[in-house]
Amino acid sequence: MNTLTSIDELTTDLQPRKFGIRGQLWTALLGLIILNGLVSYYFQLRDGLSVTAMSNYVSWGIYISNFVFFVAISLVGSLISAILKLSNAKWSIPLTRIAEIIAVSNIMFAGLIIIVDMGRPDRILNLFMYGRIQSPIVWDVMVVTTYLAISVLLLYIPLLPDFALLRDKMKNIPKWQHQLYKILSLGWTGTAEQFKILHKSVNGLAVVIIPVALGIHTVTSWLFASTLRGGWNSTNFGPYFVAGAFVVGAAGVISLMYIARRYYRLEKYLTDDIFDKMGKLLVMLSLVYTYFTVNEYLTPAFKMMEGERSLLQDLFVGGFAPMFWGVQIFGVLIPVVVMIFKKGRKPLPLFIMANMVIVGAWFKRYLIVIPTLFHPYLPAIKQNGVPSVIHYFPTWHEWSITLASLAGAMMIITILFRYLPFISMWEIAEEQQLEYEEHHQPVVENSKN
Amino acid sequence: MESNQFSRKNFLKLGAVAAGGIAALNSLPLIGKAEEGTMCGKETVMLLSTDGKVVHVDKKSLKLAAVSKAEETNELKIRARKGIPGRKWVAVIDLARCKHALACQKSCNKNHYIPGDRQWLNVYEMQDSKETAPYWMPKTCFHCDRPPCVAVCPVDATFKREDGIVLIDNERCIGCRFCMAACPYSTRVFNWGEPEVIKALEGVPYDPEQGLPRKKGTVEKCDFCPEMLREGKLPHCAEACPNGVYFFGDLNEDTVTNGSETFRFSQLIKDRAGYRYMEEVGTEPNVYYLPPVNRLVPFDETDKHLDDTEETHHH
Repeated sequence: MNTLTSIDELTTDLQPRKFGIRGQLWTALLGLIILNGLVSYYFQLRDGLSVTAMSNYVSWGIYISNFVFFVAISLVGSLISAILKLSNAKWSIPLTRIAEIIAVSNIMFAGLIIIVDMGRPDRILNLFMYGRIQSPIVWDVMVVTTYLAISVLLLYIPLLPDFALLRDKMKNIPKWQHQLYKILSLGWTGTAEQFKILHKSVNGLAVVIIPVALGIHTVTSWLFASTLRGGWNSTNFGPYFVAGAFVVGAAGVISLMYIARRYYRLEKYLTDDIFDKMGKLLVMLSLVYTYFTVNEYLTPAFKMMEGERSLLQDLFVGGFAPMFWGVQIFGVLIPVVVMIFKKGRKPLPLFIMANMVIVGAWFKRYLIVIPTLFHPYLPAIKQNGVPSVIHYFPTWHEWSITLASLAGAMMIITILFRYLPFISMWEIAEEQQLEYEEHHQPVVENSKN
Repeated sequence: MESNQFSRKNFLKLGAVAAGGIAALNSLPLIGKAEEGTMCGKETVMLLSTDGKVVHVDKKSLKLAAVSKAEETNELKIRARKGIPGRKWVAVIDLARCKHALACQKSCNKNHYIPGDRQWLNVYEMQDSKETAPYWMPKTCFHCDRPPCVAVCPVDATFKREDGIVLIDNERCIGCRFCMAACPYSTRVFNWGEPEVIKALEGVPYDPEQGLPRKKGTVEKCDFCPEMLREGKLPHCAEACPNGVYFFGDLNEDTVTNGSETFRFSQLIKDRAGYRYMEEVGTEPNVYYLPPVNRLVPFDETDKHLDDTEETHHH
């Protein structure tokens, strides 16, 4: 990172800025997509899930696969702000907050989309009144809410010194915004004692969030793995889901940091070197993921047991084959090959590869959820010349609600980018050993925490 | 049958209230029949105490509870969760007799008011491998002893009762459809939209033992017809089958019957090499099959009424 001269320069660079025309258009576009989804959801509430393409065989559709996608991408919060932080990878400091913003926004919508999938959302409280601890759904509710709570804390606590900086240094902002920063800074003055508490709590949360993060995606995989169905009946599912989640989460951070760098001209902070390192990380994560993918498909395909055979044939050479191989080629193989080369880890090519990974990951979740439901044990696959009546293609309502949920998560990210310093100012200052003037204490002595 | 049942309910309710009222008066425990009349110009209710005495009670001292539909349903729910005491229901389906007449399905659909987009009972055309003989396989809910659907339910909406029947409380179900994913036999079906209004069910309180009236956004399935079993009758499919394919009975009594023939369950299974479908998934079904040997009629594929047997898409 280029050396910074003063905390003022840092604040000027990183303080929240008003959106230009592009930012406003983007926000309006998201708003429209959300509005469209809300209209569709109104019809779904009125007419029931019959507005979807789901049926008694394909009883889960893109709401569920989209839920898995949200849970997956939100895992990155723990990767960057816990695993990398605790292993003292200093280069990832400017990414911590971006990762937490992705985590919070997406896990919120994971919770929302699962309510959208319910036949009786009006009975949501039954989960608390009659909840059965034996049901994996109840485990998922507990672990997702826990993850949301810790993620919000991991986003908010490190924001305290930055809110104080914005409160003290940001001029020419509306009174309400100043007031907001003042309230949110909780009277932060920046004493050594405060920093000590801050470091301690953030480190503590970083440790706690790792098992919880593994928990959200492992338990989500168990929603499938705990059933007696070909393709889901797998002991590999927990680690497979976790590995896949790190891939899409890392890709999400790359995509977002590229946009932030371009839009806010932050080359000084989000350097080429960080892109390079994120690219390497994504290659490594993709290779681990590939290892689990091979585990997931190779041995069942070697055996071709009754009950899995028709599913595997459908995926490899049947109706789902274009999507299956498309995901492997465009979502894993090509990005990995490109990112192996140093040139491929330059910001623009990396950004393109990351987006391919994200799109591939979305369709991968579709492939996890839906094809299995096409191949139930009964009606038996050996039915004699009987044409299959099972089919599923999401309806307009399903698409618009799903798109709205994705737009909703992006809207939250957008709003947070508009009003928060999405790169942690005090942590950069600490790392660069910048002196706070006035009543802000130097924080150097705490940096080894 | 319905109206009978309701008057008995009201009557029991009255008995309970009266017992409470009287107990305070002369600490006589009261049960049984209540009759209204007049005595000394007062309106009285005649009650029978537990030791057989008839007492007249001033009607004004009794608060007659109006039994609302919700209260009615609550009692039906308690009954539905408990099951039929002392019973352990079991079914035996004789594949050798099935010739795909589909009378079972028609009767099931009619009596449970099943709309066109779902069946509680299906008759599948089966062929275990290319060279083996095809046969018809009627399939109800298996009412497993280790039901995967019950294991995954997050709100205890679907439950296993003492008498072996697996039921659903459609007023508790949140519609997550995890049970549908968990059932390896694809038995469960869903109320995707607003259920159509059925004249005969208007004003009838919801009863989990019948799953009626239907509730939007909830799961339903074959329930072994507890309302028939309570009356000592066979389920609708067994009653309707012209070929005596379906045997029902009580495992505790070790007896099954199809209405005209009665067998020792254990002997029948032994003699006819009875088996359970997909034993390897470990769900312990309570439906047994007798293999399709020495068939009543040869398998005839032209019997196939695909449109009736196959579940159609709900659109």
